[in-house]
Amino acid sequence: MPQQKTSDVILYDHNRDGVDRRGFLKCMAWAGTGALCVLQGGVLKSYALDDSSGMHKAAKADFSFVQISDSHMGFNKAANPDVVATMKVAIDKIRALPVAPEFILHTGDITHLSKPSEFDTVDQLLKAAPAKDVFFVPGEHDVLEDNGQQYRDRYGESTKGDGWYSFDKKGVHFVGLVNVMNLKAGGMGSLGHEQLEWLEDDVKHLSKSTPVVVFAHVPLWTIYPDWGWGTDDSAQALSYLKRFGSVTVLNGHIHQTMQKVEGNITFHTATSTAFPQPRPGEAPSPGPMKVPAEKLRSLLGVTDVNYMRKRHALAVIDSTLE
Amino acid sequence: MKKRNWILYAALAIMLALPALSPLEQSVAAASPAAVDVKIDNFSFLPPTLTVKVGTQITWTNDDDIPHNVVSNDQSFKSRVLDTDEKFTYTVSKPGTYIYYCSIHPKMTGKIVVE
Repeated sequence: MPQQKTSDVILYDHNRDGVDRRGFLKCMAWAGTGALCVLQGGVLKSYALDDSSGMHKAAKADFSFVQISDSHMGFNKAANPDVVATMKVAIDKIRALPVAPEFILHTGDITHLSKPSEFDTVDQLLKAAPAKDVFFVPGEHDVLEDNGQQYRDRYGESTKGDGWYSFDKKGVHFVGLVNVMNLKAGGMGSLGHEQLEWLEDDVKHLSKSTPVVVFAHVPLWTIYPDWGWGTDDSAQALSYLKRFGSVTVLNGHIHQTMQKVEGNITFHTATSTAFPQPRPGEAPSPGPMKVPAEKLRSLLGVTDVNYMRKRHALAVIDSTLE
Repeated sequence: MKKRNWILYAALAIMLALPALSPLEQSVAAASPAAVDVKIDNFSFLPPTLTVKVGTQITWTNDDDIPHNVVSNDQSFKSRVLDTDEKFTYTVSKPGTYIYYCSIHPKMTGKIVVE
């Protein structure tokens, strides 16, 4: 899967939108394989990371940002005894990009145990990154014991409720959602009524040609309910986004890359900078996956997203820490 | 003569064993309903269902590499977050059925029946 060009031929195009479901499936990358996906007017194209035509497109972007996730600062078990070192490699990877990203999105589980010293270490490490801003959403590990008070004291200055917010950047509307609070027994991630109402109102005024990027920690599409890899009320949130021509959903939590396209919405999960987790159902539990030391960095990574204004296209590039 | 000796030895053995047995029985009787362990392993509570008597002390131990907690649905008990090898102990005081879960990973649920 890693190094193949996947969407040259559209085999099935039931909706006459240039989108082939089989093409999407081929594009699904399971673990930091370095795929570049360009969504352009509803047409998905994917390239291997070393494919020069794909990189050429990405280089022409109006702006780019980087997604990092699940740094789990403070984790020190066998799956990765040095999460500081791997996060440093991730930041070096960002520094090595040909064009500095406009900003960085951190999609949660910044820390492992919500300790002030763990937040401090991440903030310190991120100072070396070549980006003006870092935007966060909390993971369940960031809101332990205090319902997220410390998280909001640090990152929630201009946010609503449990820490949700939106902002605009060069014509793209970004929405940060919180789906790790008030979780119910037996359930998955949860957005809650108040946040859903806010989201409906937040996107109401936008024209349907506005590209929308939604980011949250737990996937907003159901990947594997047995492990809680989904959000109970995400369908309601996505219904408010159906009218837009281009919606990109960026999540973390599952410590591996996965992509899916449904209608106008492209879903993408990022790798962790700390430790990998097993593929759905391939282990007794979603706990940290122990891999040989020399293999670890091939399963961790960062995600680079490029936006081309003229084509309303977002290109998502995953790269590993190797 | 041989036979009488055997009876004597047997009687002696029983006499010696009796005082040793009784305190042992008492200590087992005192400890058995009072303490039960629940293991947290592979994102599960083991055993998932527990039937105990009022006054039983339940101790959860986190054997995972990921932190978990123990929260009852009716909020009658709630642990702090347990990192690897950390424990939480709670003594059940009222009969009833209690459903509990890990509020960090809510797919993890368990049940305590207190008789």
